[in-house]
Amino acid sequence: MKMREEKKDKLILGGREFTSRFILGSGKYNVELIQAAIEQAGAEIITLAVRRANSDGAGNILDFIPEGVTLLPNTSGARTAQEAVRIARLSRELGCGNFVKVEIMRDSKYLLPDNQETVKATELLANEGFTVLPYMYPDLNIARDLAQAGAAAVMPLAAPIGSNKGLAAREFIQILIDEIDLPIIVDAGIGRPSQACEAMEMGAAAVMANTAIATAGNIPLMAQAFRKAIEAGREAYLSGLGRVRKTGGEASSPLTGFLREE
Amino acid sequence: MKEDKRKKISHMEYMEGMEQIHSDIFEKVITAREGYQPWRYTGQDVEKALEAEYKSPEDFAALLSPAAEPFLEEMAKKAKEETQKHFGNSVYLFTPLYISNYCENHCVYCGFNCKNKIHRMKLNREEIEKEMEAIAGTGLEEILILTGESPGQADVTYIGEACRIARNYFKMVGLEVYPMNSEDYRYLRDCGADYVTVFQETYDSDQYEILHPAGPKRVFPYRFHAQERALLGGMRGVAFAALLGLSDFRKDAFAAGLHAYYIQRNYPYAEISFSCPRLRPIGGSAGWMAEQEVTERQLLQIMCAYRLFLPFAGMTISTRERAQFRDHAVGLAATKISAGVSTGIGAHSGEVKEQGDSQFEIADSRDVSEVTAAIRTQGLQPVMNDYVYV
Repeated sequence: MKMREEKKDKLILGGREFTSRFILGSGKYNVELIQAAIEQAGAEIITLAVRRANSDGAGNILDFIPEGVTLLPNTSGARTAQEAVRIARLSRELGCGNFVKVEIMRDSKYLLPDNQETVKATELLANEGFTVLPYMYPDLNIARDLAQAGAAAVMPLAAPIGSNKGLAAREFIQILIDEIDLPIIVDAGIGRPSQACEAMEMGAAAVMANTAIATAGNIPLMAQAFRKAIEAGREAYLSGLGRVRKTGGEASSPLTGFLREE
Repeated sequence: MKEDKRKKISHMEYMEGMEQIHSDIFEKVITAREGYQPWRYTGQDVEKALEAEYKSPEDFAALLSPAAEPFLEEMAKKAKEETQKHFGNSVYLFTPLYISNYCENHCVYCGFNCKNKIHRMKLNREEIEKEMEAIAGTGLEEILILTGESPGQADVTYIGEACRIARNYFKMVGLEVYPMNSEDYRYLRDCGADYVTVFQETYDSDQYEILHPAGPKRVFPYRFHAQERALLGGMRGVAFAALLGLSDFRKDAFAAGLHAYYIQRNYPYAEISFSCPRLRPIGGSAGWMAEQEVTERQLLQIMCAYRLFLPFAGMTISTRERAQFRDHAVGLAATKISAGVSTGIGAHSGEVKEQGDSQFEIADSRDVSEVTAAIRTQGLQPVMNDYVYV
């Protein structure tokens, strides 16, 4: 049944269908390498800091993103809901479309998202017709509030941004996957393809990565490795993972062996 | 240098009109600096510091110590990793614009010292506009406005006017001017600037007193609290620096790092960054010999120590350094580099008839396209702007 579903396995965000479940960040690349990374990643969505796109010069990142790729502008730099709203509006004016990833940080050290302000901004922007994908610290109550506020997906962090630490917040992300009826896109902290694969096996709808690819020795090759890992993880999830024994083998004399069949 | 201090006002005493804020950061930093004994650290301390995932102030002290010198290569590798993690391949470009070189201070090491016989001038509105237009024409989108420290000649309104003009030409406007009260910072924030750099010069109270015999800059704690007042005034970020060589450079670097560390703890949303100037030869006076010469290796050690201690902090590499050093320092520890620099007044447009003298000699006079090309050669990405005013 699930294998048959795989053929029409699409990620749907804001009414749009995507085949790829790999969202690529753009902030840490050499702009010339973005195109190769997108191609090898097979990515259909790329995030973009509005503050970075707000440039008139030859190095404007927008000039390097191929057509046909959906832009997911983010509000990085915002410290409050109001600032995020203003950045999102600017993004629309710059021609970056209606998608927006809400990122609100009041901490310059760990860049951890401010969940409360994120809920506020999500509601305001959803009301203005944006397709809102909020970046958040994985918290079930907040995720419910975000869903209520009109989010199109929820983007919990796996670990501090740029840390390459993988699924440090694994248990809490699993709860979101189990409980929230929106795509859960694992964002931030994914350092290796194997970690991306694991997130997909858990049932994440997509994975977003930036630093891990942008700082690889061979960027296109790493982009490809992530693509394969994400695809493999998705297929594993769709096929239904087999039972995994957590501790050793099975006891030869079962503890319930004394029970009499009646 | 043996002046009669009895005639002078204490460098710890605030002058009239100087705002006093309640903060315990001064006490913490100055006490820690006094207690820091760089020569007591061993190779083992350095190894432990290098292994720590998050560096404590004690680890930072070890990384700045002479015992860390043989570990410079390892420090550089780790620093590069951290820089990449936090900034990717981006290197930010900007240029400083000196709009006035009038000064009321007597800093014995500085070319702008009010007793120095240099050509003084300040740009008028039209000249500022011409200079900014010329700079913007090179493709830069970030500017740092500088003045000598003379509120008489370059008052807050004058600086504010320059900020307003700058916002027509640049995406980001920073300030490196004399310390002021938080309400003045708020005014300048409203005029379009939102990043404030103040060099403490030295965190050695006694040496500070000797080096700043008169003028408002003499007031040591008022200068120290400038970053905090700037943040209270609504600025987005603040930059720190010790002018390395004025006193024990390791202790000063330690204090500058701690200063930034405590500010970030108290104002977690604030962006912080470092500048890493070494003393260079100056014009207009016989010159002032550094208390302690800082070698290139030592400078890089300090930069790597800053990076490892506060991996998320921005770091600007000075034009006081030669081109090759700068090109390698970016991406390794530094994140920001100036290009097309003139420290004189009115040199950018070629349309300012009479130009003012420079504050110090620069060692890297390359223009924007040359610096951009050099950054690309390192496999890095020149970024003109990464900020949006909201």
